[in-house]
This record gives sequence, C-alpha cells and structure tokens, in this order.
Amino acid sequence: MDAAAPILEVDRLDVRFSTPEGVVEAVNGVSFAVGEAETVGIVGESGSGKSQVFMAVMGLLATNGHASGSVRYRRQQLLGMPPSELNAIRGGRMAIIFQDPMTSLNPYLTVRRQLTEVLVQHKGMGEREATKAAIEMLDRVRIPEPEKRIHQYPHEFSGGMRQRVMIAIAMLCKPDLLIADEPTTALDVTIQAQIIELMKELKEISRTAIVLITHDLGVVAGLSDRVLVMYAGRIVETGTAGEIFYDPQHPYTRGLLNSMPRLDEARVDSLETIPGQPPNLQRLPRGCPFQPRCPYAFERCETELPLLKRVGSGRANACHLERLP
Amino acid sequence: MTTAHTVLDRAPDREIKGRSLWQDAVVRLARNRAAVASMILLLFIAIICVLAPLAIPHDLDEIYWDAIQAPPSPEHWFGTDANGRDLMVRVLYGGQISLLVGLVATFVSLVIGVSYGATAGFLGGRVDGVMMRFVDILYSLPFMFFVILLMVFFGRNIVLIFVAIGAVEWLDMARIVRGQTLSIKRREFIEAAHASGVPTHRIIFRHIVPNTLGPVIVYMTLTVPRVILLESFLSFLGLGVQEPLTSWGVLISEGARAMENAPWMLIFPAVFLAATLFCFNFIGDGVRDALDPKDR
Amino acid sequence: MSQAALLSVRDLKVHFPVRIGGIFGRIVPVRAVDGVSFDLRAGETLGVVGESGCGKSTLGRAILQLIPPSAGAVIWLGERIDSLSQREMRAKREDMQIIFQDPLASLDPRMTIGDIIAEPLRTFQPKLGRAKARARVEDMLAKVGLLPQMINRYPHEFSGGQCQRIGIARAMILKPRLIVCDEPVSALDVSIQAQIVNLLMELQREFGLTLIFISHNLSVVRHISHRILVLYLGRVMELADRDQLYRNPRHPYTQALISAVPIPDPDLERRKERIVLAGDLPSPLAPPSGCVFRTRCPYATQLCAEDIPPLDPVEPGHHAACHHWQAIAAGEKQTTGPFADMLPAPEQTRPDSDR
Repeated sequence: MDAAAPILEVDRLDVRFSTPEGVVEAVNGVSFAVGEAETVGIVGESGSGKSQVFMAVMGLLATNGHASGSVRYRRQQLLGMPPSELNAIRGGRMAIIFQDPMTSLNPYLTVRRQLTEVLVQHKGMGEREATKAAIEMLDRVRIPEPEKRIHQYPHEFSGGMRQRVMIAIAMLCKPDLLIADEPTTALDVTIQAQIIELMKELKEISRTAIVLITHDLGVVAGLSDRVLVMYAGRIVETGTAGEIFYDPQHPYTRGLLNSMPRLDEARVDSLETIPGQPPNLQRLPRGCPFQPRCPYAFERCETELPLLKRVGSGRANACHLERLP
Repeated sequence: MTTAHTVLDRAPDREIKGRSLWQDAVVRLARNRAAVASMILLLFIAIICVLAPLAIPHDLDEIYWDAIQAPPSPEHWFGTDANGRDLMVRVLYGGQISLLVGLVATFVSLVIGVSYGATAGFLGGRVDGVMMRFVDILYSLPFMFFVILLMVFFGRNIVLIFVAIGAVEWLDMARIVRGQTLSIKRREFIEAAHASGVPTHRIIFRHIVPNTLGPVIVYMTLTVPRVILLESFLSFLGLGVQEPLTSWGVLISEGARAMENAPWMLIFPAVFLAATLFCFNFIGDGVRDALDPKDR
Repeated sequence: MSQAALLSVRDLKVHFPVRIGGIFGRIVPVRAVDGVSFDLRAGETLGVVGESGCGKSTLGRAILQLIPPSAGAVIWLGERIDSLSQREMRAKREDMQIIFQDPLASLDPRMTIGDIIAEPLRTFQPKLGRAKARARVEDMLAKVGLLPQMINRYPHEFSGGQCQRIGIARAMILKPRLIVCDEPVSALDVSIQAQIVNLLMELQREFGLTLIFISHNLSVVRHISHRILVLYLGRVMELADRDQLYRNPRHPYTQALISAVPIPDPDLERRKERIVLAGDLPSPLAPPSGCVFRTRCPYATQLCAEDIPPLDPVEPGHHAACHHWQAIAAGEKQTTGPFADMLPAPEQTRPDSDR
C-alpha cells in the first residue's frame, strides 16, 4: 500500500437486503483501502458481494438494501452523506462504469448530451467548451470521427464503442477513482482486448485509481496491481497480483485458479473442480462459508469463522490454515 | 481430485416434494389481505345465495297480497317487490343465476379462447393470420345485434344467454392467449421440446398453455364480473332471463323503475352486485401480483 | 473410431431475409451462415468458436434442422436430412440432441424435472411404462451428479449449474449419438464451468458421444475439442486439429483471437504480444466483399477485397481461408502462435485415452 493517504478506505462494511424471504447478508465485514493511482482487482463469482460493496460506496444500493460500517473517500464519510453532497463526489471525483453499456446510456439522449452533462454539472463549463472537451475525450478513447459521432445516439454505436463512451463519460471529470463493474464481460474477446488496452493506456496517462470488479481472472491479471478475492460476502484473500496468481494461499483462490483451463498450459484429461454449489446467502453456514466445498477443511472450519488476518506486508488471508500444502 | 458427481447437502432418504411456481403464488396471494378478504366475502355471498333460500320460508314467486312493495320488515328482511314477492329470496336466487352465468360463460370462453389463441399463436404465419382475421370480423359485429337476433330466433332461454356471452368473450381471451403464446413460443424450453421431437399438439397443450395460464387466470377473474354486468345489462333491457327466474340485473332493472317509491328494491340487489364485482376485482389484482411479483 | 463421417455438412447457408428501408424498402439477406463445410467422425468433439454474429449458434441449430437451412446439405449417417419433412425429421431427433446456453430458460418452469427429463422417453418410447421410465430418469439423474430424490422438484429450485445438469440429463436420456452444445457453460460461474465440462467429457467417454461444442471461450474449447472450426460473419476462417490450431494458427483472425484471450498470469499478460484488431464487426447486412475479415485484418490487400479466399490446406487436417497465410507465416518473427514457445513439445503432452 502507498505511503500516501489512501483515496478510498472501507472499514467493516456490511450490506444487508430485506427481502420477503428474510434478510440477505450480501456483504460482511469487508475492509480494504485503495491508494492513489493504484489498480485493485476485486474477484469473485455470483453471490460474492463484490458489486454490492461498490454500490454501497457510490450510494447506489437498492431501496431494500442497508449499508453499515465506514466508507471514507479522502477522509470524508460517504455512508449516510446527504445526496446533495454525495452528488458532488459521485461523477466528479469517483466515477463508475457498468457491465452493459446499452442500459447505462440513456437511449433518448445524444452522446453529446450525456458527455457534456457531467462537465456542465461538476465543472460548471459552458456547452461549447464542454462539447469541445467531450470530442477530445472521444478521440482519446479511440472513437473514429468523434466530431461526427458525438451527435449520434447510443444505439448507433456497437457494444465496444458504447463502452468506450462510458469510459469517456467517466474520465471527463478526471476522477480520482474509477470503478469498473464487469466492464468487459458483455463484450467479445477481441473487443475486450481493445478495452483492456485502452484501460492500460488510461492508467499510464492519468493518475486515476481503478477498481476493477470482475469474475474473469485473466482480465484481472493483466490490469491489477493488487487483488482482493471475495466469497459469500467476505474478503478471503488479498495480495499483489503476483502473490495471488503465483502463490494463492486461500483454498478458494487456489481452487478457482486450478479450475480454469489455460491456453498456455498443457492439456489435462480432466479439470480440477471446486465441488458443490455457490453459497446460499440467506443460510450461510456457521463457520467458514467455504468449508462445505473446501478440500482442506477440518473440524475448526465448521464452527469458527476465520477472520481476515495479515500474513505479510500487504497480504491477508481468511483461513484457519497458516499455509496451504 | 474430484469427480464430476457432486453431492448436495445432506440427502434425505425419502423423496423431496417440489415447490412449484403455483404453490409460491398461492403463498404470495395469501399474504394479500384485500384479496383474501375478498375471497372470503365472495365465498360467503355464494354460500348464502345457494343455501339461504332453503332456510327462508318464502318462495321465489310467492305473492303476498298484503305486502305489495312493502319496505323491509321482520317478515321480509329486504322488503317485497312490486308484485308482492319477497325480495330477499329473489335477490339470493338472482345471485345464483348471476354467478352461474358469470362462471359458466367465462369457462366456455376460456376453453374456446385458449385453444383457439394458443393454436393460432403457435402455428403462426398464414394460419394465424386467417384465424385472427376471423376473430377481427366477429369482433366488429355489434354484440347487441347478435343477441337480439338470437333472442328473436330462439326465444329467451338461459342457455342462450350463456351462448351469447360466451360467444363474445372468447374473442378477447383468444387474443390474449395468442399474444402470450407468441412470446412464450420464443423461449428456450419450447425450442428444447421441439428439439426433443415432441409433436406440435403436445407442445401447445403441455408446454404453452400451462405457461399462459397466469395472465389467463387474471383475465378470468376480471371477465366474470364483466359477464355478470353484461347479463345485467341484457336484463335491464328486457332481454335477460325469463320469469319466474330472476337475476341481479333483472332486479336492478325493476328496482330502478321503482326507485322513488321503493328504494330498497334497488339497493339490495345493487349492493350484492357491487360487492361481488369488487371482490372479483380485488382477487384479480391479487392474483396478478402473486403470479408476477416483479410487476408491483 | 470409424473413419466414415457421422455427420457431413456441405456448403451450409442460412440467410434471413430482412426488410430495410421501411415498408417499401428492399429485402436484404442477413447471411448468418454463409457456406460452412466440415465432416464429423463418431466420438469426436468439434469446437466451433467465434464472436457475436459469427453464426455459430445458427449453425448448430441449422444442423439439427431447428432452423431450416437456406442452401447446402446436411448429411447424417449417409442420409440427407436438410430436406426432410417435419415428421420425418422428428424421427431422427432421437439421435441428435441439443444443450442450451441459458440453463434455467431451457426448462419448462411448470414441470418437475422428472417430467422434463422423461419427456423424450414419452415421445419416442411411449410404451415404456411409468415405473421403467422413472427408473431410467433416476438413473440419469445420478449419472449427471444430481440426487435422484430431487425428481419432483421444479427448475427454479436449482442453481444454474444444476439446471444445466438437468438439461444434459434430458439430452442424454435417449442415448443420442450427437449432441450440439450451444455455449453450455457461458452462463455459469467459473468454478461450476469446470464441473460441467468434466461431466460432458465423462459422458462422452462412457457413451461414445459425438459433440459439437459451440463457445466463444477459447480456453474451454481447447480443453474439450478434438478439432476446431473458427467462424467469422458466417464463414469458416480456419479448421484444424486442436493442437495445430493453438500451436500454429494460420489465419490472422485466429491469431488475433488467441492472443486476445486474457491469461490468469500477470507476467505473461504484461509480456504478451497482443494483436489488437482495429474497428468493429461489420454489419451482417453489408458484409465486406471478398474476404469478410479484410476490414479488420492487418495484412489485407486488394486481392482480399476481390476474391473470396478458399479454404486452403495448410497441413493434413488443417485448412485456412486466407490468401496470404503462407506469406504471413514466413514473414513473422515467430512462425508459430503467441504461446508456442511456452507450450511443452508435443511428446510431453499428457497422453489421452483415445485422442
């Protein structure tokens, strides 16, 4: 972690949803920090809670959701902040892009309107000035003929281009923190490669910290400095990208990496799998949530929840075993 | 390391009964207080319409010469009508007829409409075009004209009322079911059935129809009150059931004429009719919410 | 393994007429599949890869006659099936089944899974009797890794991975010879994907199945397939044995595709020479003339715009549809794909039972 103050500090964040069938604990006791210009990858499958953490950070939780704990942007507490103050930060200092650009862009407004809106809103720019800046940004994200295309509507762009427009909107206000929630999941592989290259460039040019939320370990490997692995609403392991990928210490992380067939390795007859099903968030087991599927589980795992412990500088692991065999 | 055979949590030895979507819907419906209250009220109305006349000492067409158009009294709880007949027993018998017409005509329209609509929607193309143009033509015929024709040719007969109303209502049902079928047709489990070699008629009746039942049931709960109203309208015009049978519509018609002198003749059947219609509407809303909770 | 082809596809085309330009506009064909040919031998798995709009799903359905082909031939066990009547085709369906991408959507929500799996039995073996049919269903449930006691449950009570197992059980109940798998693991979590892939491979070994595995995930396709077909805008770009394709991709599109796949290895990802294609997929309403890939190809020339490249033989079992594949291969610094120097030499690959 940087010596400089972190941009985002999350401390013991809980997110609960009240549903007719009971309370769903989507996020449980999550704590982490994102430093300046750092790229943090948040990895998890469905039910891991990775997206809900950032919905809570950005104040975008559904009405039946409730967040508790502490979320600080540069020392300012975001949870419970009145919407007017939160709006100054959202879009201006922290931006978010989502998985499906078709539903995140307003189909009834031209791209120009949607781009300039953030500038007018947050920077108080005039329309002409904002449009100029918007065209420059579209050029920066490699949209061909930006002066012409800026007047078009979202449906006139392809999926990859729409995602670029989203990135452009997000980057216009030069945010400190960009949250990208599954930004390439809905895109074709070759388009995904384009977007990943684009994000790499943006990383180098601007000093924006990026939080990359995804289930795709390959995407995380290429872009992240640090990685957080989540399971059943908790962080189970953190470390640098190298540590997580080359020396995973949590059984879930290891299982996940081993179950992916890789293009660069020899073929095996049968893939290693993590047995069982993803957890039911309404009925989490008493001890470790991963225990029913863990090949290394022993008695303590059933009764006692392992807490996230530091195991070295910048590394943490939530497992009763000190090291995996 | 691990085999492909995964084991789920602790396996009970006996068979597990599944929880179908219908059961889920019933549970949700039970939580809807307006709907449950309406169902209870409706049941109450139905029961007293059927059973109470047995307990009342008056007959449907018995004339009380000394109590013509008499207001409510301990002997005649609802009063009597212009011919001196006990109104309460007439309201209850009328209820039997109105509810019967409502349910039977709706059921007839259901059977015809669902089969017709599902088949047209599934077959698509030209067949669908022809079938639905036929529906369009029937739709454009004036209902009253049709009923009057029937009445003129066949006389005023209760079965005829069923036919006339059923013949009109199935058109709406067919359209709704066809629309539903068109959207269900594209769903993957239909493609899967097709790929498994399931013959067309089985796909329609085993897969499509059960999946259209949600909106169909909702529509039915809203059709019944419409049918009852339609029958009342016919009766109001003098084309409804024949004496001595009566229905709420007939009673309201008579009551409306005597409104100034004998308001009870209008109030009692009207209250019963209104209550019944309200109940069906609340139930219909409740069923719709229960079947598709996302749509609140 | 018999040498005769189980399935032959000859120049298959599926065109959808679309009206553009309003009600009095002209009708333009969307060439979803535009001339695909291949042979499939019994017990093989053919992987079909490509991105959106390449026609792979349409191809799978056209082979099974779920979508009628516009031209070309599909030959199953020596007999042409593309021009059969619906009733004649229905009889063949006992042998050819399909598994879908969305596991829950492919199951009728109003039927128990027991009924869902038993339905093909009712269709093709109506005289089987309830007890026997039930026994077969329970057997199948166990084979796909589900508890037989769950037979009365409904699809929405299961997870995605479990629903896919139910779909597989339904496809398998008649012991078909061919199963078309249309993106069967794309909608599943990564940790569940491996389970389903293993299950399919196990079933293939046990029952001698032939599979057509359609997917956009190149890593999974490499794991499960013997041969691979690469599609782009409805045309075949490359057809090769698995190792040939990943070791020596000859078509520029295949090369770009393989290099674009993110590997869960930070060092490799940063060092990797990634071929990034410019631009977007052309509209299927107006495919480029000549080679459909030329608008994004770094090596395109005038010839590419004029002539449609035929499927050239590169080596035995390996074909590429590119005018310049030889020049590209010779001109590159590496004559092999991005990972060839990291892959172990062929002798060192773990031996497979019958591949």
